[in-house]
Amino acid sequence: MAAKARTRPKAVVESTGGEPADTLRDYYERMSLVRAFELRSSEMYARAKIGGYCHLNLGEEATVVGLMAAIEARDYLFTGYRDHGYALLRGLAPERVMAELFGKVTGVSGGRGGSMHLFDEETRLFGGYGIVGGQIPPATGAALALKFQEAAGPDAAAVMCLLGDGTTNIGAFHESLNLAGLWKLPIVYVIVNNGLGMGTTVEKASAEPDLYKRGASYRMPGIRVDGDDVLAVRDAARDALKQARESRQPVLLEVMCYRLRGHSVVDPARYRSSEDTTIAQQSDPVPSFRAELIASGVLSEADAAAIDDAADARVSEAVVFADGSPEPDVADLFKYVYATPVANAPAALPGEPVMDAL
Amino acid sequence: MTETVNTSRTITYRQALNETLRAELERDEKVFLVGEEIGVFEGSYKITAGLLEDFGPERVLDAPIAEEGFVGAALGAAMLGMRPVVEIMTINFSLIAIDQIVNHAAKMRSMFAGQVSIPLVIRMPGGGGQQLAATHSQNLEVWYAHIPGLKVVAPSTPADAKALLTAAIRDDDPVIFLENLSLYSAKGEVPDGEQVAEIGKAAVVKTGTDLTIVSYSRGTTTALEVAHQLEGEGLSIEVVDLRSLRPLDRDTICASVRKTGHAVVFEDDWLSYGIGAEISATIGEGAFDFLDAPVRRVAAAEVPLPYAKALEKAALPSAADLARVVREVLNISSNDK
Ligand SMILES: Cc1ncc(C[n+]2csc(CCOP(=O)(O)OP(=O)(O)O)c2C)c(N)n1
Ligand SMILES: [Mg+2]
Repeated sequence: MAAKARTRPKAVVESTGGEPADTLRDYYERMSLVRAFELRSSEMYARAKIGGYCHLNLGEEATVVGLMAAIEARDYLFTGYRDHGYALLRGLAPERVMAELFGKVTGVSGGRGGSMHLFDEETRLFGGYGIVGGQIPPATGAALALKFQEAAGPDAAAVMCLLGDGTTNIGAFHESLNLAGLWKLPIVYVIVNNGLGMGTTVEKASAEPDLYKRGASYRMPGIRVDGDDVLAVRDAARDALKQARESRQPVLLEVMCYRLRGHSVVDPARYRSSEDTTIAQQSDPVPSFRAELIASGVLSEADAAAIDDAADARVSEAVVFADGSPEPDVADLFKYVYATPVANAPAALPGEPVMDAL
Repeated sequence: MTETVNTSRTITYRQALNETLRAELERDEKVFLVGEEIGVFEGSYKITAGLLEDFGPERVLDAPIAEEGFVGAALGAAMLGMRPVVEIMTINFSLIAIDQIVNHAAKMRSMFAGQVSIPLVIRMPGGGGQQLAATHSQNLEVWYAHIPGLKVVAPSTPADAKALLTAAIRDDDPVIFLENLSLYSAKGEVPDGEQVAEIGKAAVVKTGTDLTIVSYSRGTTTALEVAHQLEGEGLSIEVVDLRSLRPLDRDTICASVRKTGHAVVFEDDWLSYGIGAEISATIGEGAFDFLDAPVRRVAAAEVPLPYAKALEKAALPSAADLARVVREVLNISSNDK
């Protein structure tokens, strides 16, 4: 099964030594926030406050925190639909993210995108995308634009493109990596390998299940890192981004983590072996990082509890905000279809006549 | 229909599809299923539930997320005489496979002067209204209905789901089999025994004398609902269910309109260049002298479908929109019933 073929150390952070206590505390706060936000999203979905598809980062928190600690404000981020945690840690207010999930006008995408389509120009979160692999060619093109717009160097921007393990099987992934390799683009493709694409294991979906090796076809460095180790993820991603921004060397980074629950909030994941579920639970990075910080004296039990409570309170504020926000106005239905006004742009509501018969 | 059986059962559209796939897998060993998550996961919408268990992984193939690859591979297998039935999770994702469908599956028979046939079925659901947002809510069947060489069918009932799927699997040409997310749990009477529909034929699913509503797939359900509701207001509405979008049964449409003198097309899709446009033009040619009012179309607002519930609702055509337009065409205000 998926779990057996995955070679990883135990799910504890092994490299906290030398890391400032403040940083570690900060990372735990972020992990706790993502955890609280996702649990609440699931609850809000069950209460029909959130609709459509809703995919959570539960179990992937260390990966999310590590990647978002590595990326710089000037960098661009493209992701798939499992995007809540990334948006939060990119610096978006939980209010605006929750409001998007609630389909409110105050949401990051004005309530038009929903869970799968978070976008924020200011923080350079250039989209959650719901079509598998849809983000990969545009992310590659963003890296191409950066090449036009600025010189390589330590201050240059780069692109981070997140994708799932299952997504490495779509043609767009291979075409894009080839382009990036040929054109020497400043981009890091990050495979968030949670072992499953919906119900299909990596081994059943990819003829080369060591996904980081897929970079070899494009002469692109491929690196695998333990996604439950927040510092290892951060350091690997930083190094990859450095190669991208300074040497215009695209990198393929595979981050090994687990999906704690179903593919989306409505999936009970009955297809999953109990063994795999147990491993996922045992590897849960949030309690293990918490325990490690307590064991190493960075946090007391009370500190950790206070952080968890604060995260929960923060999410509660977000829910209150989202709940109290207005829905988008139906009069604005056509507002964003075109950037510039165009003659005869359709604006009929269903059943409205498009021509006067007389 | 090939066989007369007098028994029937009330089952869901989902179950009708599932049973038909099972029956065809049993009947013909050339039939196999391929698609994402159709085996272990039993299909995103559980259409293939139990089939992996009963027919094994050789005949129920879980494919990776590679629509272009596995649709093209199914096409290749069909060239050698296999009868693949592909499931694409939703019609939105078929855009990744569209080159294999349009440039290849649809072309081969003609381009190679009839030397090869493509007995390929591609099943996929379309439809919005579930807050799945712009990329996951589309009705793209008109893209396929436009293409010579393809057949496109769109059952609206469990009985048609059975009879049209059976026909599609036994057909020697590529058939796009359109399903709809909101029909899967719909129930209906389904005759037992073998049922094979004739592809290319529409059906008058309710007779009437005042106005014809033309629709297909989920739209037919709404059309029937509205027709029955307006019956209470003394209006006699005929409903034509297209069932086949390509070929299009123009005779049945025009015969109905010649009788009623009024027509409204109801479609979930965007208005411009849609199925409704084709129907209207057909009526213009085939029933012009019989029309007492212009043909009207009730279709979706032309906007990428927003996630927010209120916007989504406003953008999609509803039963109320259809009823209003029917009254307008018949020049009856909704107040003076
Ligand atoms: C082109 C396309 N095909 C299929 C789907 C349906 N789908 C949504 S998510 C998913 C699985 C993706 O798995 P993975 O890349 O591992 O990402 P994860 O969900 O594990 O984060 C599938 C098949 C889709 N959205 N787009
Ligand atoms: Mg995955």
